[in-house]
Amino acid sequence: MREELFVSGRNLPNIDPHLHAWHWPIPVYLFLGGLAAGLLFFASYYTILGKEKTMPTVVKWAPFIVPIALVVGLMALFYDLTNKLYFWRLYTTLRLESPMSWGAWVLMLVTPLSMVWVATYIKELIPSWDWKFPIIENTIEWFAKYRKVMAWILLPMSIILGIYTGILLSAFNARPLWNNSILGPLFLVSGLSTAAALIIWTSKDHAERLLFSKIDLVLIGIELFIIVHMMMGFMAGPSVQLEAAALLFGGAYTVVFWVFVVILGLLFPAALEIAELMGNKIPVAVPAIMVLMGGLIFRFVMVEAGQITRYLY
Amino acid sequence: MRYGMAIDTLKCVGCADCVVACQTENKVPIGYCRDWITETVDGTYPLVEVELRSERCNHCENSPCVRCCPTGASHIIEGGIVLVTPEACIGCSACIESCPYDARYTHPSGHVDKCTFCHHRVEKGLNTACTSVCPTHCIYFGDLDNPRSDVSLALKNRKYKALAPEAGTGPQIFYLI
Ligand code: SF4
Ligand code: SF4
Repeated sequence: MREELFVSGRNLPNIDPHLHAWHWPIPVYLFLGGLAAGLLFFASYYTILGKEKTMPTVVKWAPFIVPIALVVGLMALFYDLTNKLYFWRLYTTLRLESPMSWGAWVLMLVTPLSMVWVATYIKELIPSWDWKFPIIENTIEWFAKYRKVMAWILLPMSIILGIYTGILLSAFNARPLWNNSILGPLFLVSGLSTAAALIIWTSKDHAERLLFSKIDLVLIGIELFIIVHMMMGFMAGPSVQLEAAALLFGGAYTVVFWVFVVILGLLFPAALEIAELMGNKIPVAVPAIMVLMGGLIFRFVMVEAGQITRYLY
Repeated sequence: MRYGMAIDTLKCVGCADCVVACQTENKVPIGYCRDWITETVDGTYPLVEVELRSERCNHCENSPCVRCCPTGASHIIEGGIVLVTPEACIGCSACIESCPYDARYTHPSGHVDKCTFCHHRVEKGLNTACTSVCPTHCIYFGDLDNPRSDVSLALKNRKYKALAPEAGTGPQIFYLI
C-alpha cells in the first residue's frame, strides 16, 4: 500500500483534490477553433482548385460560421483568464516555445482574415446588402480581387490553427494523458471532420453533400486509426501513462469516451453515412449533428481527464 | 550560481512551521500556501515506512512552466530561481497545468503565485524563511555550485532523491533519505 497525505492545510482551490484549472471554456474553445480551422481549410482548398461556382456552401456560405466561431471561442478563452485586464500582454511578446503564445498570434491573423473573406461574399449572397460607406465598399471590392491570394495564406494558417488546438495540450508533459505527439494530428483530423459534418448539414447541393459525406467518412476512418494508435502508445508507455489510459479503460471516463465519442460520435454516424452513400434515405442532419456532438464531447473528455492525470500524489 | 535546497526527511517532524513562516514572510493570502507538508506511508504492516516532506516549487532547471508561459511572466532569474511577474501574468493557467508538482496556484487577485525561494531575502544574503525557522534544522539552502554552501555540504555525505525526476524537469530540491 502506498498513501500520500497532506499534513499541512493544503487546500488550494482548483488544484486539490485534483487539478481543475481549466474549465468548460477551454474545451469549447478547442472545439470551435478546430471547427473554424476545418471550414477555412475546405474553403481555401476549393478556392485554390477554382471550384467557387460548384461548391457554393463550402466556399461562400460555411465560412460565415468561422468568424462567429472564432469570436465566441476567443470570448470563452478570455472568460477563463483569471487576470483578464492584462490579456493584451499576449501581444507584447511572441514566444515560439509556448504553443499558447503562437496560437494567440495565429488567431490574431486568422480572425480578421476570415472576416474579410466573408465580407467579400456578402454582396454576392445578399444582393440588397449595402455597405453604406464607399470606403468600406471599395476596400472589400479590392480584397475580392485577391481571394486566391487569401486562400493561399489561409490554407497553411488553417492547418496550423487546427493542429495547434492539439499541440496546446500535448505540450504539457506534466499531464500524461496529454503528453503524446499524436494529439495535434488527432485534433486536426477531428476538426476537419466536424467541419465536413457541418457542411453536409448546411449544404443544399446534392453533389456537394455527397462529396463531403465521402470526405467525412475518410476523416472518421483516419480519426479512429489515430485513436487506436494513441491507445497503443499509452499501453507501451511508463506507468503514469498506463494510469492515464486507465481512465479511459474502466476508469471514470470510460463510458463518455467509448459510448459518446467513439460509438455515437464516430462509428454510428459513419454507418449512417455509408448507408446513405449506398442509396438509403437518411436525414442528413442526424449523422452531422452526431459528429459535431462527438467532437465537442471528445474535447471535454480530453481536457477534464487530462487534468486528473499527474506524476505525484 | 545555482540555488538549491536539501530537506532531511529523517529530521522533519511535520510541524508545518515552514508553511506558516512562508505565509507570513510572503504575505500569502489566507487559505493558500506556497509550501506544504506531505506524509507518505509506504508498505504493509508491520513493514511500514513513513516519510515526512516539506514540499514547494522545485525551481526546475528545465522548467516547463517558463517554457509554456505565453507572456514571459514566468521567468528564470540569476541563480536559477523561477519567478512570476504579477503584472505580466494573464492568468491563463498554462503554467499550473505544466507543473508536475502542482506548485502553483491562482492568487485571489488573478495572477499565478508560488514559492520564490524568498529571493528578496536571498539577495541580501539571508536564508529563505522556511530554512531559518525550521526547529529541527532540516532544511539546507544555498548555492549548489559552491562546494562549501550548506546545501552542498548536506548533500555530500548522504543519500538523497528528488521528486518525480521522470517528469524530466530537473528539480533543484533534494530530499535526504
Ligand atoms: S516545480 Fe513547477 S512551478 Fe516550480 S519550476 Fe518546476 S515546473 Fe515550474
Ligand atoms: S498563468 Fe501567468 S505565469 Fe502562468 S503561464 Fe499564464 S501568463 Fe504565464
